[in-house]
Amino acid sequence: MIKLTIDNKEVEVATGTTIYKAAKEIGIEIPTLCYMHLEDMKIEHKPGGCRICVVEVEGRRNLAPSCNSKCEAGMKIKTHSMRVLNARKTVMELMLSDHPFDCLVCAKSGTCDLQSIAQNLGVREIHYTGAKSTYKIDTSPAIIRDMDKCIMCRRCETMCNDVQTVGALSAVNRGFESVVAPAFEMNLEKSTCTYCGQCVAVCPTGALTEKDHTNQLIRDLADPKKTVIVQTAPAVRAALGEEFGMEVGTLVTGKMVTALRNLGFDSVFDTDFAADLTIMEEGTELLGRLGAHLAGDKDVKLPILTSCCPGWVNFFEHHFPEMKDIPSTARSPQQMFGPIAKNYLAKEMGVKREDMIVVSIMPCLAKKYECQRDEFKVDGDPDVNYSISTRELANLIKQANMDFASLPEEEFDNPLGESTGASVIFGTTGGVIEAAARTAYEVYTGKTLEKVDFTALRGMEGIRSAKVDFDGLELNIGIAHGLGNARKLLEDVRDGKSEYHAIEIMACPGGCIGGGGQPLHHGDTSVLAKRAAALYREDAGKAIRKSHENPYIVKLYEEFLGKPCGELSHKLLHTHYFDKKNEIEIE
Amino acid sequence: MAKIKLAKDKVEKLVEICKSFNNEGSELINVLHQAQHNFGYLPAEVQEVVARELNVSVAHVYGVVTFYSFFTMVPKGEFPISVCMGTACYVRGAEKVLEEFKKQLKVPIGETTADGKFSISCLRCVGACGLAPVVTIGERTYGRVAAGDVADILKEYQN
Repeated sequence: MIKLTIDNKEVEVATGTTIYKAAKEIGIEIPTLCYMHLEDMKIEHKPGGCRICVVEVEGRRNLAPSCNSKCEAGMKIKTHSMRVLNARKTVMELMLSDHPFDCLVCAKSGTCDLQSIAQNLGVREIHYTGAKSTYKIDTSPAIIRDMDKCIMCRRCETMCNDVQTVGALSAVNRGFESVVAPAFEMNLEKSTCTYCGQCVAVCPTGALTEKDHTNQLIRDLADPKKTVIVQTAPAVRAALGEEFGMEVGTLVTGKMVTALRNLGFDSVFDTDFAADLTIMEEGTELLGRLGAHLAGDKDVKLPILTSCCPGWVNFFEHHFPEMKDIPSTARSPQQMFGPIAKNYLAKEMGVKREDMIVVSIMPCLAKKYECQRDEFKVDGDPDVNYSISTRELANLIKQANMDFASLPEEEFDNPLGESTGASVIFGTTGGVIEAAARTAYEVYTGKTLEKVDFTALRGMEGIRSAKVDFDGLELNIGIAHGLGNARKLLEDVRDGKSEYHAIEIMACPGGCIGGGGQPLHHGDTSVLAKRAAALYREDAGKAIRKSHENPYIVKLYEEFLGKPCGELSHKLLHTHYFDKKNEIEIE
Repeated sequence: MAKIKLAKDKVEKLVEICKSFNNEGSELINVLHQAQHNFGYLPAEVQEVVARELNVSVAHVYGVVTFYSFFTMVPKGEFPISVCMGTACYVRGAEKVLEEFKKQLKVPIGETTADGKFSISCLRCVGACGLAPVVTIGERTYGRVAAGDVADILKEYQN
């Protein structure tokens, strides 16, 4: 331990602690634009590049970047001396001298770190004029890159390469020309990007944002010829409140339903219903493969991998295409909801397919891409027309002048609004496999599951494993969240070292609650556990907690689908995957 | 599945180069050096193969290729001309020398003449500041070059 003083306060810290952390320990928040510590993921990003976090160390000639300068015994540090403030202002002015002045109309305005730090520093004038970066805006189906706004903090690179191991982004070129870009500065759409959106989630400026579909939605809601229905993913209700100043982990299910109805949706449904449907299909597929395996079928593919996360689907299509027959063929809940709405509900409602608009509210940016995939269209008409993020929904509610916190709480519409506790926990890591276990147990054993909480499957560790007892048959379950962790489990499967029967994978750290479309957590990952707890609370409070007991699911199979994994299910609720790896063709 | 086309012998050569560095991702710069030595430049296809062999992302390979001025993605000329723009050379008139090369060869910096003979690039200090301004052509070094010498220098390579 070493002692030093920061802003005249004594502090004792472990050897090796940085000045930034030591200050934080005594409640001093030093501003920074590049530093990021994702404690749960054991990732510390401290390139010392932005130079906003500089502090004055008595006796040293130069100011020190606090994020990567270590404390020394007896140091006397000032974090807000005039010299420090002047330096920060100068650095900020230089950054702003190469930044577009379109804050008033920027998508990030209000949640932009660059803007808020410039405000806190009281920058009122920019004394420097010089060259300005001019890049073409890169629009992909999910993410928009406006590199004129990039400040080279390189947080996105850390997310893309170290956390997610996707490798779509790298710093390229040199000096003033340096920029973060995909290989050969091609568009994101042509790269290995999975659209997980974790880069967007940590970008401190408006350089990386989601493709916004709110204007399209407003147009459709205003069109009297169209029946516009909405589905909301489980993770949205656990985070939407944050956008309105509510405490992290507040459940706002009822208020969200009211808000959507006020916005003008003809029906407000729940993706959770489709999650229950996913369990019926995926669970049946799991038991089918498991049964064949136990009967000695050597060709059966085990472990079965979950397939409800579109970022994850993109990941294995790009990086592990040789294993594309291992994941379940069940579509994601979003893509199960779409065909049920347009083939079943539309008939019940007497609406023509072309007059029905299905919108999804998702914590996710990859969902924007997923619903545009050709295999999820009928004659060019997508099953799900478009997807908007939790953040976009919050903006819409603000546009409509609703006082969200004081809205009454209403219920989802039926039939596609009824859901069980099992489907609610889809939104957090471990939830899908727990939901599957609840149903698969009862189907496999024919017995009633007394204790539905599989607590061994819960938690925030990046890779977890648990054994689940199916009345004498022990199932090995693996769970990974974050694509870097998924890669480790996948490599084991590829190398024949995996002992698992089933693996749940979610692309984003924490699962959907940490999705790229959620309220920005600015690198504070402690919010994830609170959002997860909210979902487990909603699950515990539900009257029905097993997917196969959802009365509307039972009815849907009786009236329409037949049986799980049956012919109609295969057509409407299952999919196939593509090899997206760049092949080197030898001439 | 996008396809990248590359001749078989080139792929084999690249695989061999990568293997000679034990396919270590940390040897990327050395691998790129060897690859450029063999092919003269590093087109996208070559970078794709290197990335695959070293198990690193193509974006990372491209990042390294674009960071170092030594690496080039366009074929250099048979006689690559480099004009030193380091401080000593610059103050002694390297810019004028560079302008003269551009004028005589009618190509901008970083490009190659239509006949593939010459390419022009700048570099930062070859460590021969006493000879400033310095020009290198291939393995040969020219010291105390003035704009007026350019025509004579180029003549040496015209046949």
